[in-house]
Amino acid sequence: MMGGHLNAFHLAYLANGAMWTVVLSAMAFLGGGVAAFLVALCRISPLRIVRVASGAVVQLVQGTPLLVILFLAYFGLPAIGFSVPPLLAAGASLTIYVGAFLGEVWRGAILAVPAPQWEAAECLALSRTQRLFQVILPQAVRIATPPTVGFLVQIIKSTSLASAIGFVELARAGQIINNSLLEPFLIYVIIACVYFALCYPISRWSRRLERSTGFARSARVAVP
Amino acid sequence: MTDPVVRLHEVHKSFGALKVLDGVSFDVHRGEVAALIGRSGSGKSTALRCIDRLERIDSGMITVCGHDVADPALKLRALRLDVGIVFQSYNLFPHLTVMQNIMLAPRSVKGLGRAEAVDLARGVLAKVGLADKADAYPEQLSGGQQQRAAIARSLAMQPKVMLFDEVTSALDPELTGEVLRVIEDLAAGGMTMIMVTHEMGFARHIASQVLFMHRGRVWEAGPPAIMSDPATPELRQFVGSELRR
Ligand SMILES: Nc1ncnc2c1ncn2[C@@H]1O[C@H](COP(=O)(O)OP(=O)(O)OP(=O)(O)O)[C@@H](O)[C@H]1O
Ligand SMILES: [Mg+2]
Repeated sequence: MMGGHLNAFHLAYLANGAMWTVVLSAMAFLGGGVAAFLVALCRISPLRIVRVASGAVVQLVQGTPLLVILFLAYFGLPAIGFSVPPLLAAGASLTIYVGAFLGEVWRGAILAVPAPQWEAAECLALSRTQRLFQVILPQAVRIATPPTVGFLVQIIKSTSLASAIGFVELARAGQIINNSLLEPFLIYVIIACVYFALCYPISRWSRRLERSTGFARSARVAVP
Repeated sequence: MTDPVVRLHEVHKSFGALKVLDGVSFDVHRGEVAALIGRSGSGKSTALRCIDRLERIDSGMITVCGHDVADPALKLRALRLDVGIVFQSYNLFPHLTVMQNIMLAPRSVKGLGRAEAVDLARGVLAKVGLADKADAYPEQLSGGQQQRAAIARSLAMQPKVMLFDEVTSALDPELTGEVLRVIEDLAAGGMTMIMVTHEMGFARHIASQVLFMHRGRVWEAGPPAIMSDPATPELRQFVGSELRR
């Protein structure tokens, strides 16, 4: 595919890259979501040691650029004897990164549920786990939804860093095509548009959620 | 006479350097209604919270329905099954309907089946006059309705003693009346209750004993008549200031 003009083959190649961007984003969101949930639970643990240890891990991850985490996973691990394919290295790095950031967002959401809610549940003889899962988390989910959806946009854009370890997602696909076409403006405008098309609906959705949180809306729907 | 349902003996409690309970003692027997009155900051809420072990006491003894509340090994679940508590701020669960609020603990804690829990919930809702609000969310209710729903939620656990902490203080006078009627019905039904209240008229009318707290102590105690004929200048002054409110 050297020289020439942008053709169907190039577009198909970009589409394939975009597909991998979506796959990486999904991996990051699902893996990161699970990690974030665990982080949030550890950060509010009644055990001080668990809170402190998880807090330290979060600080460490938040203080490390995603690019460095990617390099560590892809180049660092093989150096000490664990070879990791790019997809796994990228997926794992994003999971760790998302887990640390989203975990703190979710912890904040849990803490934003007023303390008397915990107490009311306690006075009804609910166990700590029951209090958490039946009373606190359902309310925290509402609080956390808009920022979580907003963060999804961040995740999609962050997947472009996986190109640095040779993973061919959207940004890397654009780079490769440009290497043969030498039309950087055109190609990167296309790439930007595709990212925008992926992210815009999500930020719209996030803004809509922000306007409609609280229980009023759902309540009005639920009671005729 | 049988053992009291709630007994406090020489209870001391400080928050840091602030002594909030300074040797509080009183007994509440089965079917009795104790009204806890006193100035703001005199330790009424703290006393109530200590009874349900929401606060730990520093020294002294509290027994509630046979549970030694000061015992570090106390089974909190067992205590909370016997004690119902309602606060000024209702604290209904906003993500659940009134019905779901009421059914949550009976189902999760007592393991009641759905049908049984529904029956139970309908029963307590009828008691507080909210049968028609079963499917409403808390925010769709007035303050008085929310407070009655909170009382119903507590009653659904069939507690042996109910604690009320200024449950009408956030309500307009008309709404206060509807909540007080519910409490009056409970008293008539023989429920053992301790209520912190600023409704002097209501306390006089419903209480079997009045406990006037002052500076972290039960300063004066006795039948409601002590409110019209106080023995201490502190109670006289307090009653006077409440009447002027
Ligand atoms: N968790 C706490 N930490 C520190 N101080 C507290 C705490 N809870 C209560 N206090 C203090 O203890 C004192 C007694 O409070 P308490 O709430 O028992 O009074 P009260 O008689 O219920 O007053 P009110 O009529 O205003 O409700 C107050 O000075 C209050 O500021
Ligand atoms: Mg109080």
